[in-house]
Amino acid sequence: MIGEMLCSIVKFISGAHARWVDCPCEDKQRIYFANHSSHLDAFVLWAVLPSEIRQKTKVVGAKDYWEKTGLRRFISLKVYNPLLIDRNQNVTPEDPRHPINQILKVLEDAYSIIIFPEGTRNAEEGVKPFKSGIYYLALKKPDIELIPVYLENLNRILPKGEILFVPIIGSVVFGSPIKIYPGESKEGFLKRAEEAILSLEEK
Amino acid sequence: MITDQELQACILMIYGLLAAATIISFFLEKTIIAKRGMQTFINIRQRINSWWVMMTVLVVAIFLGKIGTIILFALISFLALREYITMTPTRPADHRALFWVFFILLPYQYLLIGLQWYGMFSIFIPVYAFLIVPMRSVLKDDFDRFLERTAKIQWGMMVCVYFISHIPALLYLEVDNFQGSNVKLLLFLILVSQMNDVFQYMVGKTSGKTKIAPAISPNKTVEGFVGGMILAVLFGSMLWWATPFTKFQAAVISAAICLVGFFGDLTMSAIKRDRGVKDYSNLIRGHGGMLDRIDSLCFAAPVYFHIVRYYFSSTQNF
Repeated sequence: MIGEMLCSIVKFISGAHARWVDCPCEDKQRIYFANHSSHLDAFVLWAVLPSEIRQKTKVVGAKDYWEKTGLRRFISLKVYNPLLIDRNQNVTPEDPRHPINQILKVLEDAYSIIIFPEGTRNAEEGVKPFKSGIYYLALKKPDIELIPVYLENLNRILPKGEILFVPIIGSVVFGSPIKIYPGESKEGFLKRAEEAILSLEEK
Repeated sequence: MITDQELQACILMIYGLLAAATIISFFLEKTIIAKRGMQTFINIRQRINSWWVMMTVLVVAIFLGKIGTIILFALISFLALREYITMTPTRPADHRALFWVFFILLPYQYLLIGLQWYGMFSIFIPVYAFLIVPMRSVLKDDFDRFLERTAKIQWGMMVCVYFISHIPALLYLEVDNFQGSNVKLLLFLILVSQMNDVFQYMVGKTSGKTKIAPAISPNKTVEGFVGGMILAVLFGSMLWWATPFTKFQAAVISAAICLVGFFGDLTMSAIKRDRGVKDYSNLIRGHGGMLDRIDSLCFAAPVYFHIVRYYFSSTQNF
């Protein structure tokens, strides 16, 4: 209830609408990966999904970020119940607490996920080099579609370091799924994933 | 309640025109689909339906009085400016300036109308908003494309806020022998300018050949422009009874509205072309964005306002 209301408010403020340009809007398990430049990103991308898809989609976020203030705790707990990852812990890749293992667990529970492979908000043009997590997910879950999502103008509504928003019209562009090729190098795949998002800028 | 009989007649006429358009579109359904394709027909139907909504919003605002009308046009300015700024490349350094533009400068311009402070109303945006925008941006210490960014924001304020604010300002003019009837001045401008758009579209679609500026707008033709203008001028002169103008004056003023409006339309199209977009947004079904709908009105409003103020108002208190 509060969730639906907040989603409507966020959509109204950001003027954001989903544009499924190269990918149909379907109710199936997916990994959405997007560029990251504003506080609004995670919430807006989640909010523009149709509500039946939204209920089966989890945002993967940083624990330190989402537990920092009362408002963020409220939004993350009451509204979208994200998977929070501790960025600062040091565990072996075999440990179930390792971020990749935590995400795999959520995927095994049949949830779709939203990830921001840049790792942190980017104040520059384009995208920062991706962290390797998305590569390991693609490797371990080759059957799940990886959907590139370009978040347009959200950084202009609420740029990094600002608290006042400006009513610019944002949009969320969904591109065609990418897949990992057999034997593809980590660097090659990450580069291709970055380009998949940047190519949506023109659409 | 509206007791002015001429105003009642205007509103009845608006709904009469809308009903006629809807009925004609039903009769011509097969012809249009056969000749122009399904897409054109759907677009025409959507446009007509949107006209019903837009005109009803306008009529409701008129019922609510001067304040209601000011608020409606402030919202129209806000939506138009939002589309304009979205399309304009600004940088993070402009963020605070843009906050001022949307939430302080724009409301203040409309407040000035309500306060009936004509002196400030007429210079606030060209002078003070002009100064405030670069003052707020320059502190962010980012000179990259500074003139371009500032000039584009200033241009948006002029077109989307300053010019549009001249429409509700018509309500406060003191026209000789026309007290309390100013809302009809406003309707005259809107009806003539919007009917001109409709007539140009119709004449252009049916008999347009010679393109005026094909790179900017392939749909603008000499035939559409001239034919649309003749029809709109006839329409305007037939509306003389609702205005302080004589038939001849109404025709001349209509011609001015159409001519300036045409250039408004073409100018705003040039900006879209330059940015590589077709519509400013998809706010109004069939029409595109708010700015696509009001582009001709933006340019015509200040010219019309000044014609009325200088030739028909002897007190000039506002």
